[in-house]
Amino acid sequence: MRKLSLFLILIALMSLPARATETLTIYTYDSFVADWGPGPKVKQAFEAECGCKVQFVGITDGVAILNRLKLEGAKATADLVLGLDQNLIAEAESTGLFVPNGIDTSNIKLPIAWTDKVFVPYDYGDFAVVYDSDKMKTPPASLDELVNGDPAQKIVLEDPRTSTPGLGFLLWMKAVYGDKAGDAWRKLSKRVLTVTPGWSEAYGLFTKGEAPMVLSYTTSPAYHVMEEKTDRYKAASFKEGEYLQVEVAGLLASSQHKDLARKFLSFMTGPTFQDLIPTTNWMFPAGKTSKPLPDAFQHLVKPTVTLMLAPEEVAKNRKAWIAEWLDAMSK
Amino acid sequence: MNDRRGVTTGGLSLVLVVGLTAAAFAALITTATGHGSDAGLMTVYTARVVRFTLLQAVASMLLSVGPGMLVARALARRVAFPGRRLVLRLFALPLALPAIVAILGVVEIWGRQGLVNHAAEALGLAPVVDIYGLTGILIAHVFFNLPLAARLFLGALERVPGESWRLAAQLGFDGRASWRLIEWPVLKSQLPAVAGLVFMLCIASFTVVLTLGGGPRATTIEVAIYQALRFDFDPGLAVRLALMQLVLTGALVFAGVRMTQPLEVGASLDRRVPRPDGAALGARLSDAVAIALALLLTLPVFAAILVSGLVAPLTHLASDAGVWWAGATSLAIASSAAVLSIALAWPLAEMASSGRRASAKRLLRGLGRGAELASSLVLVMPPVVLGAGWFVLLLAVPGGRNMGFAVVIAINALMATPFVTRVLAPAVNDNRARHDRLCAGLGITGLARLRLIDWPVLARPLSVAGAFALALSLGDLGAIALFGNEHLVTLPLLLLQRLGSYRVDDAAGLALILGGLCMAIMTLAEQAARRDSVH
Repeated sequence: MRKLSLFLILIALMSLPARATETLTIYTYDSFVADWGPGPKVKQAFEAECGCKVQFVGITDGVAILNRLKLEGAKATADLVLGLDQNLIAEAESTGLFVPNGIDTSNIKLPIAWTDKVFVPYDYGDFAVVYDSDKMKTPPASLDELVNGDPAQKIVLEDPRTSTPGLGFLLWMKAVYGDKAGDAWRKLSKRVLTVTPGWSEAYGLFTKGEAPMVLSYTTSPAYHVMEEKTDRYKAASFKEGEYLQVEVAGLLASSQHKDLARKFLSFMTGPTFQDLIPTTNWMFPAGKTSKPLPDAFQHLVKPTVTLMLAPEEVAKNRKAWIAEWLDAMSK
Repeated sequence: MNDRRGVTTGGLSLVLVVGLTAAAFAALITTATGHGSDAGLMTVYTARVVRFTLLQAVASMLLSVGPGMLVARALARRVAFPGRRLVLRLFALPLALPAIVAILGVVEIWGRQGLVNHAAEALGLAPVVDIYGLTGILIAHVFFNLPLAARLFLGALERVPGESWRLAAQLGFDGRASWRLIEWPVLKSQLPAVAGLVFMLCIASFTVVLTLGGGPRATTIEVAIYQALRFDFDPGLAVRLALMQLVLTGALVFAGVRMTQPLEVGASLDRRVPRPDGAALGARLSDAVAIALALLLTLPVFAAILVSGLVAPLTHLASDAGVWWAGATSLAIASSAAVLSIALAWPLAEMASSGRRASAKRLLRGLGRGAELASSLVLVMPPVVLGAGWFVLLLAVPGGRNMGFAVVIAINALMATPFVTRVLAPAVNDNRARHDRLCAGLGITGLARLRLIDWPVLARPLSVAGAFALALSLGDLGAIALFGNEHLVTLPLLLLQRLGSYRVDDAAGLALILGGLCMAIMTLAEQAARRDSVH
């Protein structure tokens, strides 16, 4: 009995210093904190540097993170949010829950100029039509060829109402076709095998061989090369260019650990964090890495033109554009 | 005496079930004020969505329930064919499969590159099936619901007292007479409840409709609610859409509940008697065809899932602590949810049965009716609304965010009550009709009655109900997606995460593990029930 109480006192003493360290809480998406994602290594590296504790809270995806913040308001337990994309930031800023990051972002290099003062980019990628080179010898060389091509050669798309890549492709079509996007959708609809609620269903149907094309990322082939040792799946390069996705992190106004949070944001733009991105998040690093990108990344499709609509324009028109898509695809 | 206890426990269940459901809806309405919406509800598109929602649900229901009856009859007549128990267990399995797993399985068989079209090609024929459209939605829905309907109907047929069959044998009933005078009345009494359940499952279908629908032409109201809650973050619109769905479907489902009349059963010795019918060649043939067709629909899909799972890196998965942890979490959540669901539904069934007795007082009658409607209320409430509402509620509670585990169990238990009720209610009713007078005469009450009478009689239906609840909770993705976190991960969630980061093989392996786990627990529960059962 006495031994037990001694033991308990020891435990209590040992846990004291731990309680005194700061804990940084970060809302992010599920796949960031997965075993194979960047999360575990990022946590280890930053904890060693800051003498603090990092707690990730995994939430389905960027949209769900923003919804969670809207529901929680100032009651959010997070200091930082990591995992929104550029199409969500106008909406995120309008909630008034974020404050300007106030860090030096000169490390950041993106295919476009980044002017936002609130959110800090940590990686980027381009949406691309990925095709199965066993089934398709001549992939479309432009978005126009995709739209007007052989209806027997199908593509699986994601729903812009429920998925980020789906919305990305909608904006891609809009960026290329503008007012004529509705007509283009009507033509493309003959080639669309089906429109799935999320990326997983679409990619699953694609790898089962149901369609020779799917909407994914330019980096998708790198996964198959590095993890599965096959170059069967390739990204098509489009004459009009590819549509950009930038993933960002932001600091919450309600945070009690703003200095620590800023330290993390700076760390995020540095090589320790950025080195992890290519092979754990399968995206391009937005900052300097300490070593060159893996070989498989060197051979990926490089967009000739990078397309991106301004976040404010997207926020303003998203509903109308989705209505246009619905109308064209439901005919 | 017994009645008073029944009213206490039944009333408590009633308050819990209605309270938990209504609270979610109310919470969402509160959130809605403040986020005003200018989106119109009745657009041309919405009208089209409503039409398609109802069309696919009615068609799926008819295709599942009609043939489900014939399969149930065949299974009831053929009690001894090899593998029958395995077939019955497999029939509960689709519930445990996350929609995407079943869809990919269906695609392997019926898809453009599937087995059927490949076979047609080998024979020099044109592709026979195009599953992207209504056809695919129906195939997937029938895969999920025909086995479910068959098992629910089989339960009803198995409750036919042995005396009826002895009488039928003495009177020389042929197959048709047995159908008209014995089987059809029993099936008819269960029909509205089963049809209502299947109909609502198809109304709430989401991933199947979008993935196999071939485009946004095929959309259900559930998708619109999900979109309103997620992408537009417009709880007001979500509530209005949910109300529209409640009105449309509630009327149908509640009418079904009112039509459900428990069958009057006479006294019975509860002994199994071999059925006199079904020996004729025609009956044998038609039974064989019915069972074969049901197996043809389900087995290849299971086989596809099994094969994909076996080529997965299973040893790698088995050495992954995360997989074991998720498996243990799934097991803990599903078994707790199954027990809780029975704890909620059993008293409701008892109270409903008391309320239907001729001698019941007005209050008891009302409570009984309430108990019957309660589980249907859960059924007509869109699952996304239930989840989102609870999420909002928990935010308001201090420490609510740490209650994820308990909340996932509670939501799963709630979602399973309509299934549990459909198995338990008729069995409870029969038990009461047969044994109430005997127990009153002998003065057997309370725990003694539970141990001596109710438990042995109800062990089998309880195990069936538990199996359904367990399978449903094992496969849940709605509640866990909202309340899960890095410390609370179940097998389906892990599966979805792997699928979401290119790890298709891992996901296939996890699907196999999930299915295997479900089959294993169902087998255990069945064996325990068989040991205790009087049958």
